[in-house]
Amino acid sequence: MRGYFVGAGLAIALAGMAGPAMAQSGEIKIGEINSYSLLPAFTEPYRKGWQLAVEEVNAAGGINGKKLVVISKDDGGKPADAQTAANELVSSENVAMLAGTFLSNIGLAVSDFANQKKVFFLAAEPLTDAITWSKGNKYTFRLRPSNYMQAAMLVEEAAKLPAKRWATIAPNYEYGQSAVAVFKKLMSEKRPDIQWVDEQWPPQGKIDAGPVVQAVAAANPEAILNVTFGADLVKLVREGNTRGLFKDRKVVSFLTGEPEYLDPLKDETPEGWIVTGYPWYAIKTPEHDAFLKAYQAKYNDYPRLGSIVGYQTIKSAAAILAKANSTDPEKLIAATEGLQVASPFGEITFRKIDHQSTLGAFVGKTALKDGKGVMVDSVYRKGADYLPSDAEVEKLRPKD
Amino acid sequence: MSMVPTLLSVEGLTKSYGGVHAVRGVSFELRAGEILALIGPNGAGKSTCFDMLNGQNTPDSGRIRVMGQETTGKKPRVVWRMGVGRTFQITATFPTMTVRENVQVALVSHRQQLFNLWRSTTNFAREEAGRLLDLVGMGAYAERPCGELAYGDLKRLELAIALANQPKLLLMDEPTAGMAPRERIELMRLTAQIAREQSLGVLFTEHDMDVVFEHADRILVLNRGTLIAEGSPEEVRGNAQVRAIYLGEGLVYDARHREGAHA
Amino acid sequence: MAFYIVQFLTGLASAASLFLVASGLSIIFGVTRIVNFAHGAFYMLGAYVAFTLTERLSGALGFWGGIVAAALIVAAIGVLVEMVLLRRIYHAPELFQLLATFGLTLMVEDLVVLIWGPDDLLGRRAPGFKGAVDFFGQNVPSYDLFLIVLGPVVLGILWLLFQRTRWGVLVRAATQDRDMVAALGVNQKWLFTSVFALGVFLAALGGALQIPRDAVNHAMDLRVIVEVFVVVVIGGLGSIIGAFVAAVLVSELNAFGILIFPKISIILVFLVMAVVLIVRPWGLFGKPEAPARRTPGLTVNPWRPLTTNERFAALAALVVAAALPLFAGNYALTVGSEIAIFVIFAVSLHFLMSVGGLASFGHAAYFGLGAYGIAFLAKMAGLPMIVSLLLGPLLGLLGAAVFGFFAVQLSGVYFAMLTLAFAQIVWSIAFQWVSVTGGDNGILGVWPEKWAAGPSHFYWLSLGIAALAVVILRIIVFSPFGYALRATRDSPLRSESIGINAKRIQWTAFVIAGTTAGVAGALFAYLKGSVFPDNMGIPLSVDALVMVLLGGVETVSGAVIGAIVYKALNIWLVSQTEWSKLVLGGFVVLIVVAFPKGIVGTLESMMNRRGNSTPAKPAILTSRIETAE
Repeated sequence: MRGYFVGAGLAIALAGMAGPAMAQSGEIKIGEINSYSLLPAFTEPYRKGWQLAVEEVNAAGGINGKKLVVISKDDGGKPADAQTAANELVSSENVAMLAGTFLSNIGLAVSDFANQKKVFFLAAEPLTDAITWSKGNKYTFRLRPSNYMQAAMLVEEAAKLPAKRWATIAPNYEYGQSAVAVFKKLMSEKRPDIQWVDEQWPPQGKIDAGPVVQAVAAANPEAILNVTFGADLVKLVREGNTRGLFKDRKVVSFLTGEPEYLDPLKDETPEGWIVTGYPWYAIKTPEHDAFLKAYQAKYNDYPRLGSIVGYQTIKSAAAILAKANSTDPEKLIAATEGLQVASPFGEITFRKIDHQSTLGAFVGKTALKDGKGVMVDSVYRKGADYLPSDAEVEKLRPKD
Repeated sequence: MSMVPTLLSVEGLTKSYGGVHAVRGVSFELRAGEILALIGPNGAGKSTCFDMLNGQNTPDSGRIRVMGQETTGKKPRVVWRMGVGRTFQITATFPTMTVRENVQVALVSHRQQLFNLWRSTTNFAREEAGRLLDLVGMGAYAERPCGELAYGDLKRLELAIALANQPKLLLMDEPTAGMAPRERIELMRLTAQIAREQSLGVLFTEHDMDVVFEHADRILVLNRGTLIAEGSPEEVRGNAQVRAIYLGEGLVYDARHREGAHA
Repeated sequence: MAFYIVQFLTGLASAASLFLVASGLSIIFGVTRIVNFAHGAFYMLGAYVAFTLTERLSGALGFWGGIVAAALIVAAIGVLVEMVLLRRIYHAPELFQLLATFGLTLMVEDLVVLIWGPDDLLGRRAPGFKGAVDFFGQNVPSYDLFLIVLGPVVLGILWLLFQRTRWGVLVRAATQDRDMVAALGVNQKWLFTSVFALGVFLAALGGALQIPRDAVNHAMDLRVIVEVFVVVVIGGLGSIIGAFVAAVLVSELNAFGILIFPKISIILVFLVMAVVLIVRPWGLFGKPEAPARRTPGLTVNPWRPLTTNERFAALAALVVAAALPLFAGNYALTVGSEIAIFVIFAVSLHFLMSVGGLASFGHAAYFGLGAYGIAFLAKMAGLPMIVSLLLGPLLGLLGAAVFGFFAVQLSGVYFAMLTLAFAQIVWSIAFQWVSVTGGDNGILGVWPEKWAAGPSHFYWLSLGIAALAVVILRIIVFSPFGYALRATRDSPLRSESIGINAKRIQWTAFVIAGTTAGVAGALFAYLKGSVFPDNMGIPLSVDALVMVLLGGVETVSGAVIGAIVYKALNIWLVSQTEWSKLVLGGFVVLIVVAFPKGIVGTLESMMNRRGNSTPAKPAILTSRIETAE
């Protein structure tokens, strides 16, 4: 009896999924995957960003006359589910390329899938260096400035500090570990005189901030590197403020200037942290003005960094598809390597050598203004200036 | 009498809980074919005694030997393999199996097939199981779900399970508790018959004095953990100390049983 | 010295937060035996509601009033949940309530985002407790001091409540012996409702009090729920003092542990739990659990092998399933493979749970070990796929043999939690040992060889192995071993007294189930081409539990249907809607109400009722319970 159910159940379950959707002529589809349900704080603005881009692309006549359609899937924060979604997009929806992802492990899972199935993949947000270097493959490109690039941007400022005793606080997973490792390596190269006096590795999302703050304070560092973000950052800042951890200490912090992470801190934002981020209120370039106006007009909300990433992912994808004038993955790769695209941060290039885009980030200091956290003295750092030499990259990346 | 082998020999069995002596220096013997009753008022230590005999409880001191082999402190499953079957005051059977399957599991264990992953159990020792069920008068119920049985039938089933390893000694803890008077007599008659036929030794505890005096060959009387009398039903009935303890309590037992009969 | 004292105080403050939530869970479990998975959801709701109230109400009174009001509001929601949902399923098989509360949790996670938006919310600082107190040059936040005082105060109030009120006496009695309290003529319904309300109140209060320390966000529930369960189990189920001591123990070990091992936090609580359970199987302050009280009336229809007709029907169904590649596309086939793999995984847990009566909360460990086994063999040893498929699951076997040995010494929820602890330990090894496992970036490029790479080929492979697994496990169920295993589940007392060594039988069953899960994991590695620590994470273990419960834990192979329904629905919903958790959670809750014995279990009893016109069984049979000596 049960066995009967096995087959019948399978058949019923799959009947609905059977048969690939017919690709409508006159359309080009992009399959987009992200952790919408797990990380809504980041992915909602991201979604708004790419939706704006789709609108703009189609308003401007689509891709060589064809309408651009983005089919978006949630991966629930699980690599395996991301692959299921990728498979659906490729097999059933016949998308021309895959795009998106936030978490590093999911980016890698989809990148590996793309490599295996020979599908073009434009990774939007994952920061891991592995995706373009140690585990890079010819089908995968990445938009956002990598861990290494952000570390290099921060090190440039951090090395100028007189502080010699440093402590680190980072979430205990690959992102945190490699952020700390790269920062330490680059920093020690520039400043052989510094000492690493303590490191704390709270589990991602589960920081017990009080003891961590105490432990760091006990090591009495002159400066602190922070890699935590989201709710962990809020807890760390609250405990740190109350216990006076940040008083008379310099703090260098990854991503904290991004509105996603800075805004929740409200009037408790610590001042003077050196951070990477996105001061949308302070960027005065025509490209960004145009984006900002369009975004605010459409959503009546201000953009986050996710909005930029989402927007630029689809803008880049559209440029790639237009240049290739084909959905053949090989032609897409050829079109992307060395492609120059306009972005709200200025023109960027997808490097041939490691498939990394040269999109940069803003480096500045945190400050309080009208009871809200902002970035001040921020300067845009071009991604191209913070990548290792070509010879080094060649060594880092396996041959295609 | 001396020709009949000693099945169970208990010497100086003692157990205390937090300074309170539950059982103190109990010694007795049980011979093949003999039906021995262990009686005493509530809290006299009957259950503690019983649990030590089949290994559910470890004595503080004293020795238990079954057919000359030491079983003191051995686990119930080991004691069972040495030829000691047991039934419980509140029946312990496998409610999600049929009556026959209940007996089959015991046979599986007896024949050392517990780790057989492949064979179908449906036909495992089917006749043997049927024979045991017939023996206790449950043959007609073989395919019934055990969970549907009336209480008296469960007691019979337990007896069949207990007999599955061809035990030499049966330990029955209040075998007739919760049964109707007619059922009690039947079950004890059946037990006595089986004991005689297979020359088993039976040790049972019981509250119902009618059952005790009718079926026991010998009676042990326990009070506050010590054995105060031992002998044939006549001897025990005439014992002044026993009478003193039981004076008035007989009524209590009668009331209990009426209640139990309706449960 | 001052530093160590301050660190100790900091640990105490963390302990107080943990204790508030844990005490509620402990009370609920102690009395109702509900594994309340939704406890974290109530904690989170408490924080969200308190956020809204404290933002609206001004002043100190507004803040503290808002905190208490939030806890009361959420407690009222809890009462509603108990009366509308849980009351219907108290008599369902053990752990079935877990399914209902799991469904609720899913719903709440989406609902809070719908209501309060996706952003992390920063609540107010507590009026009067904003600053820090100087302690020999060290700063101690005054709010920490407040929490340090609050913890013992709540403990004291609860103690008085349980020792000095009639209600408390009843609750304590019910914790020890539910049936006895029922027999005393106490209105059990209201006792349960009030206990649930108190438990939820404490959870919500715990959440609300986090406002000045935390950011209110939609992942708060999952962050807290597992840890709280662990604390309750370490302390001993149903023991409030135990929960307090365990909270202090865990928090202090963490506070001082990170000074020496900064990476210890991720695994600390599970290590502590594993050690405590191995040394003290009932937790620090727990008492040996009264033997599981089953109502045999629920399963009076003994299992039987399939009849010839049913076998043909099963075969026909398999043939239909095997014909899928004739009319379905690649995506459907890949989904089909995934479902088939989860059928294997679910039946392996089902074997342990329903035949052995051992509910594992960490079954994903063996799935994941099988997957890593494949990754190591294929990537590092470079073995061919067939060989890897045969050898990979052995890692699952090995894990199950080692952990199973310790786990089967325990039973009931303690067994479940020890398996959870082991799974988390294995997970953290995979997560931390970056040089071997790649950490959370996993191991990539584990793709099948050409002969199995096509979607239809891989589908047939998965389907074939799934069918084989179901058949083999069924054969084992009806083998002498299967009966012995059921015997240990039905009556530990009787099985021991017919010579069955329950621990060895259960250990063997654990190894069988773990190996089968390893087979599923091995296939999964090839299906996805990669292996991640996720493959052994808690969510996957929970998924497997849900599949088994959904299918019906009292059936022979209900998990097959449970896996198909749950996995297919999950994949479909995630693909179709943004609010997949809300819909899936709602669906699970509906199923719980409509099919109180699981899908297959309910269908079976419907069929039995139709085919069987014998009158109802005597009442005594359905109420009889086994008691230990």
